[in-house]
Amino acid sequence: MSNDLLSQITASLVDGDPELTVSLTRQAMQAGMEPLIIIEGGLVPGMDIVGDKFSKGEYFLPHLIISAGGMQQAMELLEPELRARSQQMKISGKVVIGTVQGDIHEIGKSLVGTMLSAAGFQVYDLGVDVPAEAFIAKIKETGAELVGLSALLTTTMVVQKEIIEALTSAGLRDHIKVIVGGAPVTRSWAAEIGADGYAEDAIEAVQLASRLVTA
Amino acid sequence: MQPKLTFLSTEMVEQIVSEGLGLLLDPGVRVHNQEALNLLASAGAQVDFEARTARIPERIVWDALQTTPGEFYLYNIEGQPSVHYGGDDVHFDPGSAAVTILDYKTGHQRPPTTADFVRFVKLVETLPVYDAQSTAMVCRDVPGEIGDLYRLYLALLYMRKPIITGAFGKETWGVMWELLTTVAGGAVELAKRPLAVFDVCPSPPLLWSDLTCQNLIDCARKGVPAELVSMPLAGATSPVTLAAAVVQHTAESLSGLVISQLAQPGAPLVWGGAPAIFDMRFGTTAMGDVGTWLIDSAYVQVGKSLGLPTHTYMGSSDSKTLDAQSGMESAGGVFMAALSGVNMVSGAGMIDFLRCQSFEKLVLDAEIIGMARRLLAGVQARDEPLALELVRRSGHRADYLSRPHTLKWFQQEFYIPSEVIDRGPVDAWERAGARSSADRAADRVEKLLVTYQPSPLLAELKMELKEITKSAARRAGMDHLPPLPED
Repeated sequence: MSNDLLSQITASLVDGDPELTVSLTRQAMQAGMEPLIIIEGGLVPGMDIVGDKFSKGEYFLPHLIISAGGMQQAMELLEPELRARSQQMKISGKVVIGTVQGDIHEIGKSLVGTMLSAAGFQVYDLGVDVPAEAFIAKIKETGAELVGLSALLTTTMVVQKEIIEALTSAGLRDHIKVIVGGAPVTRSWAAEIGADGYAEDAIEAVQLASRLVTA
Repeated sequence: MQPKLTFLSTEMVEQIVSEGLGLLLDPGVRVHNQEALNLLASAGAQVDFEARTARIPERIVWDALQTTPGEFYLYNIEGQPSVHYGGDDVHFDPGSAAVTILDYKTGHQRPPTTADFVRFVKLVETLPVYDAQSTAMVCRDVPGEIGDLYRLYLALLYMRKPIITGAFGKETWGVMWELLTTVAGGAVELAKRPLAVFDVCPSPPLLWSDLTCQNLIDCARKGVPAELVSMPLAGATSPVTLAAAVVQHTAESLSGLVISQLAQPGAPLVWGGAPAIFDMRFGTTAMGDVGTWLIDSAYVQVGKSLGLPTHTYMGSSDSKTLDAQSGMESAGGVFMAALSGVNMVSGAGMIDFLRCQSFEKLVLDAEIIGMARRLLAGVQARDEPLALELVRRSGHRADYLSRPHTLKWFQQEFYIPSEVIDRGPVDAWERAGARSSADRAADRVEKLLVTYQPSPLLAELKMELKEITKSAARRAGMDHLPPLPED
């Protein structure tokens, strides 16, 4: 019975039905199932399958983001329960993300944010047109290990470089890993401006982030 | 609403038909087949048996048009209707009768063998954009005398889809028909559920050879659909002006239609063609030329005005390799054919003036055809109102990627290409070896072939097909058929 419910939760994520994911999660909680069991036995396997299908070309970005949304909503339900049990979802890491100053493109940045959340990262999304000072303040406030700088324009790419310089001036550069992304950004640009990493898509960004925080 | 491209005014269509009819009276049509001349004479045409010409009065043509079906279906090997010849329905099949294939590894052409054609038939089965097979290449490991029937035999062993074919001889047509009736379960069944269409090609200007004429008559008598493939060569075997080439196409096609309907009223026919402009630099038949496409689209419009199913040869290229030229010529041809509403578009996979078939190009062309099908689906009203509720719900948030509405519609609203089309970041492309779309197509060929599902044809039927083919081969001096590739 309980295994059945977990596999239904997994299936609801794979099918991209967030409402069902949430109601099944609620059902599982009411049935007295441990939150950690629901997460590790139902939600995480679902997101793994979705990510795998995306990598194989069977699934597309809408599948990815809608399933990740279902995961997030389910987690919001589960978090109070976890706290009540003095348990904690193993947090993969804390990450501050935002689109750099002068640039208001948010889709790519939000997609990466959603995928990082679904993968267990604590994500602080500063939105778009974010100045260096705001990144610095948030990093200091949260103690994040990772910061993601998004830029969609060739004209705002240079701001990624300026922010990295600002992090150095603020004395934070040694304590934080920097990842950069956005359509015009390449691996060689990332290397040139001294970023720690670059990923080609949201799935790879999650893998990169996990690698960097454990390094 | 299916978008539609036409180039002729109603008045011009009428004039083309009227002048086509005029050509059938003077100078008339050359018919090098006794039976056809007899049929024409007894119907009231003015036949010169010595010169083997017939002057066909308008009345006979209109009568023949009366009895020609406006539509028919082709059936797959399981007896399901799968190609609708009629209306503006658009289907695609690979170009046929290539004498070489492109060896992708060497970049050079070579003669095809049994193993090559079997691989090709399998590949066509794995690509859903192709509605029909074609006897796409002439295997050079069997005698030329059985080249036509041998490729049909091979295709019948491995295909599920219906097939566009043709005979190279008068006698071989009979063997090919026997092969088809064996699969269909008899002559009556084959006529009821046609599995194949035979191309019959008049020779420009205005000549029906003995062979093609006989094929046409035999098709009609047995109820097997025939595709009239008139091919005026503008500036060489027809007048250079495009409209005049279409007039000649009309006359040649109408004369074929008359012969067919006199042999058997009600016989299914297709208003097809493979015209071309004559390249004035090299003296070649330019299939990838925009003028060729205009002739094609115009004659198709004429055929539709007469209420007939249509076919054309478009989407092939004259390039010798898979390059920018082959891409632009194939895309131009396919898009224009689709927008012209041609029932069967032949030519995919081919380069070098319909001489050479390419597996890799067949896969590349599948992408073009996918795009063309999307083009035909047009811009549709999916919601009512179209956008007010959708945009108001999101307000000024760019959150559409996460909307269920996006998930519901994106695969219908967008054409999603295969990995042959690269839209990834440059880093990924560099890391994968900085390869071209043709290179990726070569990989995809191998990937697709693994997914091929064997034909459901019974082993006993396959044995029968083999015996029929073997005795034809024996008559041509070949005692053993080349071995079939292991599955």
